[in-house]
Amino acid sequence: MSLVMQSSQPGSNSERLLQVKDLKVYFSVETGFFAKLFSKASTYVRAVDNVSFGVDKGEIFSLAGESGCGKTTLGMSIMRLVEVTSGKIYFNGTDVLSLNRKNLKKFRRDAQMIFQDPYEALPPHLTVFDIIGESIDVHKLASTYDEKMDLVYKVLEDVRLIPAERFIDAYSHQLSGGQRQRVAIASALVLKPKLIVADEPVSMLDVSVRSEILNLMLELREQFKLTYLFITHDLAVARYLSDRIAIMYLGKIVEMGRTKGIIETPLHPYTKALMSVVPVPDPFIDREKRIILSGEVPSATNIPSGCRFHTRCPLAKENCRKMEPEMVEAEPGHYVACWCI
Amino acid sequence: MLRIEDLRINYKTKLGMVRAVDGVDLYLDRGEFLGLAGESGCGKSTVAMSILRILPDNAEIANGKILLNGNDLLKMSEKEFRNIRWNKVSMIFQSSMNALNPVMRINDQIAEALIIHKGLTKSDASKKVTELLSMVNVEPSKAVAYPHELSGGMKQRVVIAMALSCNPDLLLADEPTTALDTMTQIQILELLKNLKRELNLTMIIISHDLAIMAELCTKIAIMYAGKIVEISDLKPIYGSPLHPYTRKLINSVPSLRGEKKKLESIPGSLPDPMNLPKGCRFYPRCDLAMDICQNEEPNLCEVRKDHYVACYAI
Repeated sequence: MSLVMQSSQPGSNSERLLQVKDLKVYFSVETGFFAKLFSKASTYVRAVDNVSFGVDKGEIFSLAGESGCGKTTLGMSIMRLVEVTSGKIYFNGTDVLSLNRKNLKKFRRDAQMIFQDPYEALPPHLTVFDIIGESIDVHKLASTYDEKMDLVYKVLEDVRLIPAERFIDAYSHQLSGGQRQRVAIASALVLKPKLIVADEPVSMLDVSVRSEILNLMLELREQFKLTYLFITHDLAVARYLSDRIAIMYLGKIVEMGRTKGIIETPLHPYTKALMSVVPVPDPFIDREKRIILSGEVPSATNIPSGCRFHTRCPLAKENCRKMEPEMVEAEPGHYVACWCI
Repeated sequence: MLRIEDLRINYKTKLGMVRAVDGVDLYLDRGEFLGLAGESGCGKSTVAMSILRILPDNAEIANGKILLNGNDLLKMSEKEFRNIRWNKVSMIFQSSMNALNPVMRINDQIAEALIIHKGLTKSDASKKVTELLSMVNVEPSKAVAYPHELSGGMKQRVVIAMALSCNPDLLLADEPTTALDTMTQIQILELLKNLKRELNLTMIIISHDLAIMAELCTKIAIMYAGKIVEISDLKPIYGSPLHPYTRKLINSVPSLRGEKKKLESIPGSLPDPMNLPKGCRFYPRCDLAMDICQNEEPNLCEVRKDHYVACYAI
């Protein structure tokens, strides 16, 4: 599957910044003494189960799916925040998983992460200057205090916390949710990263603030030629922001392609269902027929055989129960893993 | 059926008086689904809590009437009000996932409400519980489950069943689907829609999510800093919003359908509730602000039929 994708993905002539190949992240489940004694097989949560994709320079790539589909684990494993079971991650051509301590630190300067909850991501006992200053200190970007001060001022202006002197000595509890998220972005941005992995950065924010942060992220991409890996459960936000979208279900990408193609002509029955249930903030648009899936997402410790979606799929056939579908290019640049296409 | 007149609620805090709700007027006919929308901190949950009289101790109702079928809820003694709470007005709470008692089976929890409020015997109550659970599509086998054995969507259904247990006239729902996945969210919205049809429910839904409102409500009230700034039927609010705040709020929500537009944002933040602007509260963030907006507060006026807005710029 990875070979097919590398050769013919859209934008393959532009530079690839991030390449993930056959990535697996399994967590072993703690079992009791007797269970260990009497059963040899250990239980695993297959959080990410054979995922491959690539992100080009300057692109915004969204990983979308319901909670528990593995999108956050995937993001964290790219940052090397969780242990990878098998597979490869290449960043700018170098193998991220085999980096030594020194090079890992350099990689973490090039790739930064923004987290979901701006209320918890900022240490409460530090001022904005300290928080951003810590990034600067760790990577030794400034040799004098004045240089450090200049960098902090500049980055606060970049994330539109203006005038910077109003915010620089503030503690996080003195800031609103939107301002906090801007500080979190600033402490990533000050390192001049190439890639930002953003895990649901707007889901905790109010609607009006949400749009501000999304627009800021778009502006920063232009200004600093950033690349984003954007993790979200909100397909409307993914549509607004991204160039390409991958839909995940139970640890696997089931469909991937250009945003327009995914939103307007989804191919996988899961994508279709997910798309049909998103509330539309406009009473004048006719509602299409809702495809409401029955049952719950199966447990990641006990993934169904064959196509993992077959237990909830309205189109499931005999074949789907037995064999796992491969990712195929159904339309140029539009990949899907389903037997019914 | 419900009429709120000039409701004012203050919170006393160490730093001073917070005017959380400041002159809210609302009316609601039987069978209507009113969406009360606004950013966090605008006072929407406080309005709901005052209808059920469950405000925290430091809150004080400074003025106003809440009339349910003509009776002022605020004038009743606590004893009289016990016949109203849950029997006439009930509520689905924002964190209802945590509202269930973790050490009680769900059938016992629902039965408890019936025994206390309706005075049913244990066996009558358990019959009614079975009925309620089937109404919200929870399998009868789950009736003896503990809350931790249920998924988020199931718990939400149980909480809805509990809110409906005493056949209330009015149901308040504070962010009923916020913590749920998209697929579960739509199941709950469809359930509420069906219940509305079957039981002729009247409901107030409190949310900041304008997409959910567009799916469910018949009427929308937009709140800003303790005041209602615009109120109308669903379609005029989305089709031809009049208040600049409403317009920006609606244009700040991304959609999966329709044309892709640049999202608007609202610069600045909500005014400090201890130090509200003198004139229109939205004045500091408004593009259309004029001199009068700075000094005088606009009142809600009927601009079109059944479409009220508080703004000088229209």
